[in-house]
Amino acid sequence: MTASESCYHCGQAVPGGAEFSVNIARQSRAMCCRGCQAVAQAIVDNGLSEYYSNRTALPGQGHEILPDELKKLALYDHPDIQRSFVIDSGVNQREAVLILEGITCAACVWLNERHLKQLPGVNSVQVNYANHRARIAWDSREISLSRILQEIQLLGYNAHPYSALQADALRQSRRKKDLQRLAIAGIGAAQTMMLSVGLYAGNWDGIAPSTVVLLRWFGLLLTLPVVTFSAMPFYRAAWSGIKSRHLNMDVPVALAIITAFIGSVWVTLFGGAHVYYDSIGMFTLFLLGTRLLEAGARGKSIESAENLLKLQPTMAIRLRAGLQEYVPVLDLLRGDSILAKPGETIAADGTVAEGMSTVDEALLTGEPRPVLKKPGDSVIAGSINLEGPLTLTVTGVGENTVLAGIVRMVDKAQAEKPHIATLADRTASWFTLALLVFTAVVGLAWLFIDRTQVLDIVLAVLVVTCPCALSLAVPAALAAAGSHLIKRGILVTRGHALETLARVNHVVFDKTGTLTQGKPAVMDVIVLADLTAAQCDVLAASLEQASEHPLAAAFKGRVLASDLPAVQAARNHPGQGVSGVVDGQTYSLGNQDFSPASRILAENYSTRYPGATLVWLCDATRALAVFVLEDPLRDDARQTIATLRTRGIGISILSGDNETTVRHVGAALGVSDLHWQQKPQDKLAVLQAIQRDGAIVAMVGDGINDAPVLAAAQVSFAMAAGTNVANQSSDIVLLSNRLDDVPQALETGRDTLGVMRQNLFWAVAYNVIALPFAALGYVSPWLAALGMSISSMVVVLNALRLR
Amino acid sequence: MTSTLVFLLGLTVIFILLIGFGIFWAIKSGQFEDMEGPAQRILMDEDDPMLPSNQLSDKTK
Repeated sequence: MTASESCYHCGQAVPGGAEFSVNIARQSRAMCCRGCQAVAQAIVDNGLSEYYSNRTALPGQGHEILPDELKKLALYDHPDIQRSFVIDSGVNQREAVLILEGITCAACVWLNERHLKQLPGVNSVQVNYANHRARIAWDSREISLSRILQEIQLLGYNAHPYSALQADALRQSRRKKDLQRLAIAGIGAAQTMMLSVGLYAGNWDGIAPSTVVLLRWFGLLLTLPVVTFSAMPFYRAAWSGIKSRHLNMDVPVALAIITAFIGSVWVTLFGGAHVYYDSIGMFTLFLLGTRLLEAGARGKSIESAENLLKLQPTMAIRLRAGLQEYVPVLDLLRGDSILAKPGETIAADGTVAEGMSTVDEALLTGEPRPVLKKPGDSVIAGSINLEGPLTLTVTGVGENTVLAGIVRMVDKAQAEKPHIATLADRTASWFTLALLVFTAVVGLAWLFIDRTQVLDIVLAVLVVTCPCALSLAVPAALAAAGSHLIKRGILVTRGHALETLARVNHVVFDKTGTLTQGKPAVMDVIVLADLTAAQCDVLAASLEQASEHPLAAAFKGRVLASDLPAVQAARNHPGQGVSGVVDGQTYSLGNQDFSPASRILAENYSTRYPGATLVWLCDATRALAVFVLEDPLRDDARQTIATLRTRGIGISILSGDNETTVRHVGAALGVSDLHWQQKPQDKLAVLQAIQRDGAIVAMVGDGINDAPVLAAAQVSFAMAAGTNVANQSSDIVLLSNRLDDVPQALETGRDTLGVMRQNLFWAVAYNVIALPFAALGYVSPWLAALGMSISSMVVVLNALRLR
Repeated sequence: MTSTLVFLLGLTVIFILLIGFGIFWAIKSGQFEDMEGPAQRILMDEDDPMLPSNQLSDKTK
């Protein structure tokens, strides 16, 4: 085995000297660690080794199941905890939805389904590849839920019970209803189209009047469900628009459907030139289709966000009378004592009663930099305890936590967001008004000219000017642009966003995780003693081996894990650093105050590296080396800022970080409008100040602390790697996590607005030209039908140019 | 002529009802919930005799 070999299971390099291997399909395959070995062995033992020949993407690294995790899984068998997510579907029959972590390709879906199905007691397993959720039904007499979860872990995946939220159930049933409406409209449109072929042909070739009547009645029968069932959402939206004295795009849509239908029914009953049943069907089908696509994009982002909803743990360790017990977080009360273990997410707001540790409070500041907590300090739910165990006295749970407060702030900001009236709605307002006024005038005029023709003419005017093209103009452009962007990894979750993008003249960036990578890296090593830099790296990495501290990862990544010497007496000193004995020598690694040797030299270096974190490696007497750690800028940050600036767009940076760091980043990017040490509410205030100056602001962020600002900005981008709250509050999710997609999206927004303007111009022009002819009674049926179809077609084809 | 047409239209009604029920049943039973998985799933050939594991199990049988 050589060091260059890669693990057959997860694809990572196999460290030299590692002796893990599994026989897969009669060949010995090398594994990088015991975790991967266990997972691969489990897959082979269960006869599922086809997984390896069918997969198209590598899974994450396997990990061993620790006894502690098993104990936690056993809690899911508790009836009280099951109540929130398990459905009783019969005597001893249970059903639950699980979120599967680690699904990378279709082979993973197959692997899970196959493996779980062959367990005794499991009745059915369906894994949804699109949203990574599994629906499992089992017999509670034969198998327990914890066993199922454990089997999933055995395959190297992680499963979390998903308690179907009410909002989710609502979304599901709404989607089903929408699909039904679409299906009805599709069937109706296709069938009436066939009838129309007969009717049009009859217009040219001659047709028996009785056949015409028969075909018209059949058309009426087919269109009835389309008008009464499929088009329902348009009536509802139009009605609520009228009630709030705001003529939106749905008003002309509803008007078009209703008038075209009434006109056609009139003609069917009493005779006349033409029926428009086919147009009604097509029109409804197109509009429903574009709406379904938009709802689908939004649903996708919400679902992927919900899968990350593990921010707050569901279980906590309560201390009562000296005993530790696992309890659901919902059962915690104010004043309870809970234990937060290192590496775990803190379950409730509280004050530290005992212990000392550092805590990652990124949700408040956006900075993954640890904050020291001593007895008496307060901690917030959702932050991560990094170093030592903490005993907390609970001060707030559930709705009373700081986290819940931020979520409430998001909702409020969303409601108060300054809306830019969309082009379509503005056009619709005056168009609808003008149309109604004009029709009334025409009707009155004909009342004096020829009483008998009034109804025919009025219907002709309303039907011929049916704003089909007008109503399709905008959704068609949005759908085309949306599908173009998603191919680049830009998910537009709210329709209006594209249009607003075209008008953006100010972009606000969050710093950590957005402009920077959000993970500190060692930028420089200054050796102060007779060692090489590589030796210092090895010493630092071995000391940090056991540490959960976020900075530790930066050291560990620099050296191969197999090269590390053993460390004796390794100790974590919360808030200071780590120490240990390597080859009989005591070393320490930590901040400047940790070792007396570094304290003397500290000032010199901290002025030389502004904005960086310095970590000192010392032995018992001397400082050996200084590591300069920085959160490096994203590769495309500079380019993105430069591109935006050449387009004359203003740029600001908002950050929860300290002044020096923010200034440092600002200088590197050439941005002068900087705001530091911003809490979520401060960020919101800054944004609103910029908006008051008349700017149309796009916000780019990633953290929970950015969520209120994202919701309040006219249009907002979230990094997909960011938190779920941020993704949900934003209009556009950058699935690619690339910053240069921001200018790209702005450009597409501009193109989209252009196409929308052309479309609207064409649609209005068609209507204006057709109106006088209809008003004078000169529009023959085939001409009306042709005009309607061509105007709609032009609009759709023009939109397709956006691809 | 008209009687043929009436017969054909009647047939259409029956077909439309069948299609309608079919689609509604498909929507209700959740066939439109995962639009990506089935397309990928068909590529997993469990019974492909060329797969090494199947050759193995054939021999042990």
